[in-house]
Amino acid sequence: MSGAGGESGPARVAPKLVFAVGNPSRGDDALGPLAAERVAALGRDEVEVLTDFQLQVEHALDLVGRELVIFVDASVSAAEPFTCEPAAPARDATHTSHALSPAAVLDAYTRVVDAPLPPIFVVAIRGYAFELGEAPSARALENLEAAVLELERLLR
Amino acid sequence: MAFELETASQRAGLRRVAIDPVTRVEGHGKVTILLDSDDHVHQVRLHIVEFRGFEKFIQGRPYWEVPVMVQRLCGICPVSHHLAASKALDQIVGAKKLTPTAEKVRRLMHYGQIMQSHALHFFHLSSPDLLFGFDSEIAKRNIVGVAAEHPEVARQGVALRKFGQEVIRVTAGKRIHGTGSIPGGINKSLTVAERDYLLADAYRMIGWARDAVHLAKKLHLANIGLYNSFGAFRSNLLSLVSPTGAMDLYDGVLRARDEVGEILFDHIEPDRYWEYLVEEVKPWSYMKFPYIKSLGSERGWYKVGPLARVQNCDEIETPLADAERRELVDFGGGQPVHATLAYHWARMIEMLHATEAIKDLLHDDDLLGEDLVVKGERHERGIGVLEAPRGTLIHHYRVNEDDQIVRANLIVSTTHNNQAMNEAIRQVAKRYLDGRKLTEPLLNHVEVAIRAFDPCLSCATHALGKMPLAIELVDADGEVVDRLVKDA
Repeated sequence: MSGAGGESGPARVAPKLVFAVGNPSRGDDALGPLAAERVAALGRDEVEVLTDFQLQVEHALDLVGRELVIFVDASVSAAEPFTCEPAAPARDATHTSHALSPAAVLDAYTRVVDAPLPPIFVVAIRGYAFELGEAPSARALENLEAAVLELERLLR
Repeated sequence: MAFELETASQRAGLRRVAIDPVTRVEGHGKVTILLDSDDHVHQVRLHIVEFRGFEKFIQGRPYWEVPVMVQRLCGICPVSHHLAASKALDQIVGAKKLTPTAEKVRRLMHYGQIMQSHALHFFHLSSPDLLFGFDSEIAKRNIVGVAAEHPEVARQGVALRKFGQEVIRVTAGKRIHGTGSIPGGINKSLTVAERDYLLADAYRMIGWARDAVHLAKKLHLANIGLYNSFGAFRSNLLSLVSPTGAMDLYDGVLRARDEVGEILFDHIEPDRYWEYLVEEVKPWSYMKFPYIKSLGSERGWYKVGPLARVQNCDEIETPLADAERRELVDFGGGQPVHATLAYHWARMIEMLHATEAIKDLLHDDDLLGEDLVVKGERHERGIGVLEAPRGTLIHHYRVNEDDQIVRANLIVSTTHNNQAMNEAIRQVAKRYLDGRKLTEPLLNHVEVAIRAFDPCLSCATHALGKMPLAIELVDADGEVVDRLVKDA
């Protein structure tokens, strides 16, 4: 397919994708979108930056044709200031939710896309407070700075 | 008032089972069941954490920011909030009638939202239960199981959802946080290239959506006894319809029918909703319980969403969906179908309607027009009502002379369905749980009933690790005596 419902993705995509997850209006949930802004500001042609509130099955199609994919999200349990781990497909409980984990998106990819997965990393930035209408906390913003340095390193 | 199994008459000695949170529904929902020592059910309640802090979030903000801000309430149906807020603010800016381009681009956006939401629900959240049965092993009751045994269904589900998202992206300007709809109209129409891009797949989507209706219908008819009785209850129906009585998901007038299909009220302008609907507060729930004022809380509660809409209207103005609607109505034999699991069948009929409507709109050159915004006499109050994927959505705002929001009230689809969902799970608990040792497959029956409504329980944060899935068995003293974590 080549149109809007295509399973093969856009004809030409940037080889590197940073996919940030989070709601900018929910306190530290904004860490993902804030990291995305910082990466976008680097102005790297080979890097595409996407954001969404949460991950779902169709995001598997955004991975098609990439050489490197990095998911960035806030985490309530990651070690401070952030963790960076390679990710692999997994059938976890988030399959049963409106919001998938990165591993579950990769699993959906293996089910609907006829191509090998690129290298995938998940950068989980430690957050602390997630109330609607709140600004990101100072501690979380410190963690963001450290995570952005790691993102720049990964994208080199 | 209290309904059967809403409140136990004698709580001493009862055990409490909590399903917390409910899986495959959005946000935080919890079901609590009180059992006696013989496992007989005495009380069943669905607890939902509703929008909290919304008024504080939005108070004092200039009204023109609202259509964008409200999208941040919910990651599941941001477009519905975007459009409902815009409709309310149309009234604030005195835009009594939008330009044809603005109205049609907004409708296109809305049908994209209906399509992607319904596709996600049927193909990825509910079809595992429906295809494999409620008692199947947990590992198969997810999309992985569907994908493995029905590979085309899974692929088509992803592609249908992706298409709906692309319709939203093109009309709203961005994948998320779109700004396409503004008070009085829209800020961009479609280019020829955008229209052709969507048209390239529009017909294929109609075919797949029609297949999906047939699959949902086949599942229902293949096990009529179960599907007709599971979580079934009789209630009134509420939705918007067009002034001529046709299905209209974006605009129209309010119509309600009683449980046998007789009209309760009709042709009610949406900004008079408060004259016909009131909300009851119950001490055990954050979420209110709306009902039809003239009938009172005991008889006036109702259901909204696909099953209500498909049967509340007199016709659907796209031919394939209308043919399917007539089959569902005929299946009811002259009375409304009240089977909770028929929500899936009705939902797929609506998805088919959305795909047909998208195709029709893409052939309408008004989408390419340049007349985007109208303004008129300024007002202080605005009420926007539309049919979101899950049911009727009401946005109600008051604005001061400095253009600031001073009051906001939302009645979301899940609130309208609050009593209906509680009734459905009480029916299931009475039929399947009473007197039996509880097991995960039995508890899943409760979740299957809730999922049929596709509730958007709240606008929770989705940070990694934020959603533990656990079932707890708690004794009468509040001590946790057993715990099952639903995890990988």
